[in-house]
Amino acid sequence: MLRASLHLGLAVCLIVSAIAVVVSKHRSRALVNDIQQLSWEQDRLDTEWSQLQLEEASLASPIRVEAVARERLNMAEPAYYIAVSER
Amino acid sequence: MSRRPDALRDSGRRRSGVVRNPEVEPVAAWRGHVLLMVFAAAAVGLFGRAFFLQVQNRDFLASEGAKRFERVLEVPAGRAAILDRRGEPLALSAPVESIWAVPAALLADTAKLPLIARLTGRTTAELEDYLAVRGERRFVYLARQIPPAEASRIMAVEADGVFTQREYSRFYPAGELASQLVGFADIDGHGQEGMELAHDARLQGTPGSRRVIRDRSGRVVEDLAEFTPPQSGEDLHLSIDLRLQYIAYRELKSVVDSHDARGGLVLMLDPRSGEVLAMASQPGFNPNNRRGLALDGLRNRGATDTFEPGSTVKPLMIAHALDHGVVGVGTRVATGNGFYKMGRLVIKDAAGYGELDMGGVLLKSSNIGAAKVGLQLGAEGIWAAYDAFGFGQRAEAGFPGEADGVLRHYTDWGDVATATSAYGYGLAVTALQLGRAYAALADDGRLRPVSLLKLDAPAAVERQVVSPRAAQQVRRWLQQVVAPTGTATAAAVDGHAVAGKTGTVRKVRANGYTDDAHLSLFAGMMPASAPQVVTLVVIDEPRKGDYYGGQVAAPVYARVMRSAARLLQIPPAELLAPAPVSDALTADAGHGARS
Repeated sequence: MLRASLHLGLAVCLIVSAIAVVVSKHRSRALVNDIQQLSWEQDRLDTEWSQLQLEEASLASPIRVEAVARERLNMAEPAYYIAVSER
Repeated sequence: MSRRPDALRDSGRRRSGVVRNPEVEPVAAWRGHVLLMVFAAAAVGLFGRAFFLQVQNRDFLASEGAKRFERVLEVPAGRAAILDRRGEPLALSAPVESIWAVPAALLADTAKLPLIARLTGRTTAELEDYLAVRGERRFVYLARQIPPAEASRIMAVEADGVFTQREYSRFYPAGELASQLVGFADIDGHGQEGMELAHDARLQGTPGSRRVIRDRSGRVVEDLAEFTPPQSGEDLHLSIDLRLQYIAYRELKSVVDSHDARGGLVLMLDPRSGEVLAMASQPGFNPNNRRGLALDGLRNRGATDTFEPGSTVKPLMIAHALDHGVVGVGTRVATGNGFYKMGRLVIKDAAGYGELDMGGVLLKSSNIGAAKVGLQLGAEGIWAAYDAFGFGQRAEAGFPGEADGVLRHYTDWGDVATATSAYGYGLAVTALQLGRAYAALADDGRLRPVSLLKLDAPAAVERQVVSPRAAQQVRRWLQQVVAPTGTATAAAVDGHAVAGKTGTVRKVRANGYTDDAHLSLFAGMMPASAPQVVTLVVIDEPRKGDYYGGQVAAPVYARVMRSAARLLQIPPAELLAPAPVSDALTADAGHGARS
């Protein structure tokens, strides 16, 4: 009786651990997949970030800003300005 | 024992009658042994070999095997950015893709080859030739450093033997504004010129790696766990302010064009810290498109070119003379009718100024006056002054190819050399050196090292070159130069107290100093009482119109300083006056400050 229940218990443990192995394998695959997805995403965002930086720098280039201000917006440097000091 | 031996024998005999039993020839026992030994030897041999391969040489063989299909791919580290002092990018690396192919594999894919050819800008025949010539290779570039979007279009074709590889390409958003200072890196990301070269190791970073298994056609079939992430380089913050750099570039370019000059430079320094705020050179180049690059445009003239400083050294020498009691504030020298003969040398002034005090010598830029002060100071005294101000010693700004300048030892000077060196001939300086000397004058005689990198704290003072009193006195005189009654009124900035000195230097040709090639200089500071900016303008050989420093370089100086006052929020002179002002008065005072 004792032997039989021991065997049964071990068999249950075996099955549980076998299923656990499958589950953890599955999880690890899913995580590896996630990592890959995220690193692609990171890569894509890095690329976009550097392109945006470049775009911003070329839009904010002093040469362009001056040309736009003078030609398109008809702006001019002020003849004089008021300086305010905080004391 | 058998009980029937006979019977057995009988039956044997009877059978032999029917089936002839072959005679049993007993073999010698040794043959069996030999055979066993051969098998044993074979077994030992096999085990030995197996041991040798599986145990002894296992690692070697495994690695050899791995070499056949495993590859360590380099994961490039992005080259770090170069930024100005306010964080505006001057050089950036952005990921791009390079398309490469295995020629044999792509050639075999005849269906997709024409499409690949079109996407990489070739005709089908051209691409076929290109691949056929390189048929033996396992790697050829089809397109280098193209935008990721374009690369994904090519990869979408899914042609055999076509792969993409991540690389970083260098972009220079500031273009030619600061191209000589920033320099550039080559297609493989190695610094070639300028700050890109000087700080290459720091910018570069360490590439990472990943180990993969590739099949015969180069496809990555498995990514092994080994992965070393790339270490990006460290961003470099230059001391320059892109806004000032732009103004310097714009004004310099316009004057070089309008006067048809050979070139020029504008250098701006913060005398309180030793940082370079702007450093523009002409001619220049576009770092984003270096095709047809002229070597002349590459030079960062402010660091690599030397010139004779001419009259711009007079304030330095006179400050030293004041300190050493050779002259006093009120000392007067006779400059006569503008001609002064000294042996073979005739020193000339623009006009006869008669008797001048020290302020007058600077105001009129009298060569005769400066020479007379210099002769009183003596060769050793003048040399000591220039040496203290850092002439003849590299400015050590950390720019590749920085020049040392020339300051010969005073023991090599005769009377003539002593007199001429007093008004700035016979020695050669770089703009960085002259700028550093003026920064010392601006900062009450404290000489600091020059820095092209943004500093957290002002650079430590190297030495006290002249006393604060002498420096302040000379600055007051230099204010007169720019004043409405002075000789460089074009350098004045409305509303601001500016100090400065002109210089017009005759250039040396093969047969001595000429009258038709000049350097036009202006060096100055603002605000005169406690300078925040020192600016040096050098125009090389203005060939059209005027060439005097007061006419060519001074207006550039004024325009640059006017913008600097606005950008750096330097209060107008009225606000710097010690009188207490109420808020209403402040606004009123501002009205007078015309920008």
